[in-house]
Amino acid sequence: MTESAGTENLIDIDHVKVDNERQKSHKVNGVWPKLRVQHVSKSFQSKNGRVDVLEDINLEIQQGEFVCIVGPSGCGKTTLLNIVAGLEKADSGEVWADDHKINGAGTDRVVIFQEAALFPWLNVVKNVEFGLKLKGFNGKERRNIAIEYLKMVHLSKFQHAQVHELSGGMKQRVAIARALAMNPEMLLMDEPFSSLDAQTRWILHYELQNIWLKTRKTILFVTHNIREAVCLADRIIILSTSPGKIKKEFLVELPRPRDDNDVNVAGYSTRIMKELKAEINKVMKCEMDADSCVECDIKCTTEVPAKTDIGGGI
Amino acid sequence: MQSILKRTMFYILFVGLWEGLFRLGIWPEYVLPSPVSVFKTLIHGFQNHTFLIGIAISMKRIAIGYGISIVVGILLGLLIGRVRIFEETLGSFFTGLQTLPTICWLPLALLWFGLNDRSIIFLVFMGAVLSITIATDAGVKSVPSLYIRAAKTMGAKGWKLYLEVIIPAALPHIITGMKQGWSFAWRSLMAGELLIVCLGLGHLMMIGRELNDMSQVIAVMIVIIIIGILVDRLFFVKVEQRIRERWGLVKV
Repeated sequence: MTESAGTENLIDIDHVKVDNERQKSHKVNGVWPKLRVQHVSKSFQSKNGRVDVLEDINLEIQQGEFVCIVGPSGCGKTTLLNIVAGLEKADSGEVWADDHKINGAGTDRVVIFQEAALFPWLNVVKNVEFGLKLKGFNGKERRNIAIEYLKMVHLSKFQHAQVHELSGGMKQRVAIARALAMNPEMLLMDEPFSSLDAQTRWILHYELQNIWLKTRKTILFVTHNIREAVCLADRIIILSTSPGKIKKEFLVELPRPRDDNDVNVAGYSTRIMKELKAEINKVMKCEMDADSCVECDIKCTTEVPAKTDIGGGI
Repeated sequence: MQSILKRTMFYILFVGLWEGLFRLGIWPEYVLPSPVSVFKTLIHGFQNHTFLIGIAISMKRIAIGYGISIVVGILLGLLIGRVRIFEETLGSFFTGLQTLPTICWLPLALLWFGLNDRSIIFLVFMGAVLSITIATDAGVKSVPSLYIRAAKTMGAKGWKLYLEVIIPAALPHIITGMKQGWSFAWRSLMAGELLIVCLGLGHLMMIGRELNDMSQVIAVMIVIIIIGILVDRLFFVKVEQRIRERWGLVKV
């Protein structure tokens, strides 16, 4: 299959036009969008003066949508997620979840962080029970719910294990179970798989898609990895850097569960990356992030490796 | 097994040397009693219940003083660790206060509470509270903000955030502070009991001194050492071991 044939379903949204439409109406078919980010801006003072992390971000996410925010390191995507989570305050603008304005953290929006953030003083099942205990479920109820979600991430056998006994991927699966057990309206995922090895990440991409197909939770997922975004998202939002602005949106219409190494996924990623190259180059001039060497990433997917005759005569 | 054998050998040698030194007769018995007479005094003291009463009274004082210091120490530590204004004011004040030997509080304690139990309990409290406060403060400050953010998104706030996240996360530090506080409390108790005459183990030592009965002094010293070791082994060592296992700080 050629690259262009594989990317037919990639829909490039004219962002400015969409933005204008959004300002007019908020309700779709009489239902509030799950999340509305309106004119959110945020800046902070650094040694070199004021840095505009986010500038006039407008965004709507519908019930059950899986949205990825992609951008280079330092583009403010984590800040945006933290503002949606209520862990940070925007300088201006508003964030609405359903019909209420967000003012601080809430159990309707549970965050899964880059490090699993499991509590080392609790064992695995008690970690999953943590939020349920705060919600006031009694011991037996919360144990049952916790086990149910541990089963969903295939870790019920490890319910009595201590956190330090788990691998990185297992910890992140427990964190997912812990978040889902809260039955939140929305999952906010902040580069949850970026510190895992490629194979574990591949498995977790598959598991997360299956969980999403089962639960149909609204998911806002932040990543710097375009391939990951194409693999997971219904819609990809590209953020530019300093100031952090929404640059482009893409709809990904591929059947699920998708595979990281699927031809179509690779094709989509390549196209998105090509369009972003200018933007990325801008970032690379000011800062190279060794963890996310975007240039290498691009080369891996854009350049066809030279063919070498290894014999065999086929 | 090897180490137990070595330890037993050491104590046998130690007591043997002591007995040898006694038999040389350089010092009179009221200066250096023999291990045998110390052992007899020990048995006698337990048989006529004076040691048991002394232990009971001392333990009651330390339980009250140390108990209050744990509660107050943890609360003060949380305040200093989490609230900027307390950190800037009380924080440096307590660090300064900790350099003051506890026994320096005795004159004030006598004035405030009189020659009684409450003065001693106050000394015990002052001995332990600052160690626990400072350790709790350090523990609270070392809690990764990630835990607090994660807990907040799961609905932890107010006192539940403290109870379910901050205190458990700071527990390794708090236990270290409690252990240090215990040894300071125990010292303050003895100092207080030696100076304020109202029963207790310290008082039993003073009686020994007044009667020129060094075997009683040494017997009480042995009792104090044994209680110290027992509390350390039965409580602190076990708790620390459990925390290390749970947090994965050692291979089990």
